[in-house]
Amino acid sequence: MIAVVKPGLLTTVQDAGRFGHRASGMPVAGAMDRLALAIANRLAGNDPGAAALELTLVGGTFRFEWEVIAALAGAELPASLDGQPIPTGTPFHAPAGATLTLGVASRGVRAYLAVQGGIGVPRLLGSRSTYARAGFGGFEGRALRAGDRLPVGNAPGHASPGAALLPGEFPELAAPGSTVTLRVIPGPQEELFHAEGLETLHGTTWKVTTQNDRMGYRLEGPPVRLRGAADIVTDAVVPGAVQVSGDGRPMVLMVDCQTTGGYAKPFTVIGPDLRRLAQARAGDGVRFLRCTQAEAVAALEEERSWRST
Amino acid sequence: MRIRAQGEGGVVVELGDGIDPAVNARVHQLARAVAARLGDEVLEAVPSYRSLLVIHDPLRTPRERVVERLRSLVEELEHAPAIAPHRVVRIPTCYGGVHGPDLAEVARLSGMTAEEAVRRHAAPAYLVHFLGFTPGFPYLGGLDPRLATPRLDSPRARIPGGSVAIGGVQTGIYPVESPGGWRIVGRTPLRLFDPRLGSPFLLAPGDGLRFVPVDEATFDVIAAEVEASRYLAEVEG
Repeated sequence: MIAVVKPGLLTTVQDAGRFGHRASGMPVAGAMDRLALAIANRLAGNDPGAAALELTLVGGTFRFEWEVIAALAGAELPASLDGQPIPTGTPFHAPAGATLTLGVASRGVRAYLAVQGGIGVPRLLGSRSTYARAGFGGFEGRALRAGDRLPVGNAPGHASPGAALLPGEFPELAAPGSTVTLRVIPGPQEELFHAEGLETLHGTTWKVTTQNDRMGYRLEGPPVRLRGAADIVTDAVVPGAVQVSGDGRPMVLMVDCQTTGGYAKPFTVIGPDLRRLAQARAGDGVRFLRCTQAEAVAALEEERSWRST
Repeated sequence: MRIRAQGEGGVVVELGDGIDPAVNARVHQLARAVAARLGDEVLEAVPSYRSLLVIHDPLRTPRERVVERLRSLVEELEHAPAIAPHRVVRIPTCYGGVHGPDLAEVARLSGMTAEEAVRRHAAPAYLVHFLGFTPGFPYLGGLDPRLATPRLDSPRARIPGGSVAIGGVQTGIYPVESPGGWRIVGRTPLRLFDPRLGSPFLLAPGDGLRFVPVDEATFDVIAAEVEASRYLAEVEG
């Protein structure tokens, strides 16, 4: 068991996501930074999609009631085990009774704490991910609170923990205040935008607003001009879809987004780049860069090779 | 038919332009064909009013291949007869009173008595166009246009799960407690999303649905059976 001493700002159980039920209105959920989840799992000796804790900005304090192998990846936050510093990207052994104390992220937003065997909450509709808006999945369908005790699973993994990552092996993590570039594939409703509106979308360095969460990131900048109304006949949306509401403001949908939406969508952030936004915070810059299907597939291949190295 | 991209792993097939039951029926026909015939090549398919989003892994099946397969499925569908909903799920609903606080206002705005509003709301077999908003929320087509009423000026922060509501020309059922701006005319004791069950969704896209008026005592009896997982929803046809 892992006892939650301090839960941190927003800590939930997440795995690779819940697939196959979007037609019933069930969002995918899962890790916001799926690559960091996979790396933490690999280091802890798990399959890349095993359930881990997603920590947000402020880590929290956890006591391991049993001996475990664990690892941290993603956002860089100070970590210590019974007072001894723990580097991110290195598997560590925690004896029974040890306390892991995590601080505030200096780079990135979301960190993943994986333990060997995974977090052993029940699988619901094929996933252990938390979808807190419907109180579904994860640990009691909600973010963790002080006093919660999490079961450690016995998920089959590689059995032995992975080797520590060398500094150059970390996926990039932008410093706070910098600008991330997100590659996008045009569509599905690019034609609803004025050429001028598309220029605004592609030519602006957008700012992440404080309205950012697991459902979506609202961006600030000049209004985007549409040809007509922003409302479309409601259709299905995916995480990464960029929707522009009537006031001309773009919002990037994230993993907890609803399965359908009624706003026009000029383009979609490619899956492998969505983690860059998931690690950005209010005030950071965002630029959109048009790419081709072939470029997106190459990026996906690169991401998968990271995950399986 | 138009085919559009939504990201590197999403293909959107649009079968029409507006909200039209015939177009939506085609969407569900295509969704069933995709599930039956392209199960190895696509991961999931998400219907909405007039389009089907088909999600695939571009590293396993290239986009061109998925698009080509979808084009030929749509061509086949054009020659197939349209099909009606294969089942109609009966939704016991207690109208008005504590369960339907906006019924009187909806009736007043529609220029009819509350009884007449209930009769008209419970008459049609609605089509579940698709599910969205929250898990299990059905977007229903077929509301009597005379019952169309604008949404509330300020949405309620909490609508109880099971609430049956009208918003504009649409009607639907809130599966779980959530905020919402539609006018609540009644409530069903059934759970459209019951996380305790292995398959927690009462409805599927393409289903038919009919509201069956029940009194408060019946509502309570059914609610107790649902709570004990003993209630089996009635299905017509």
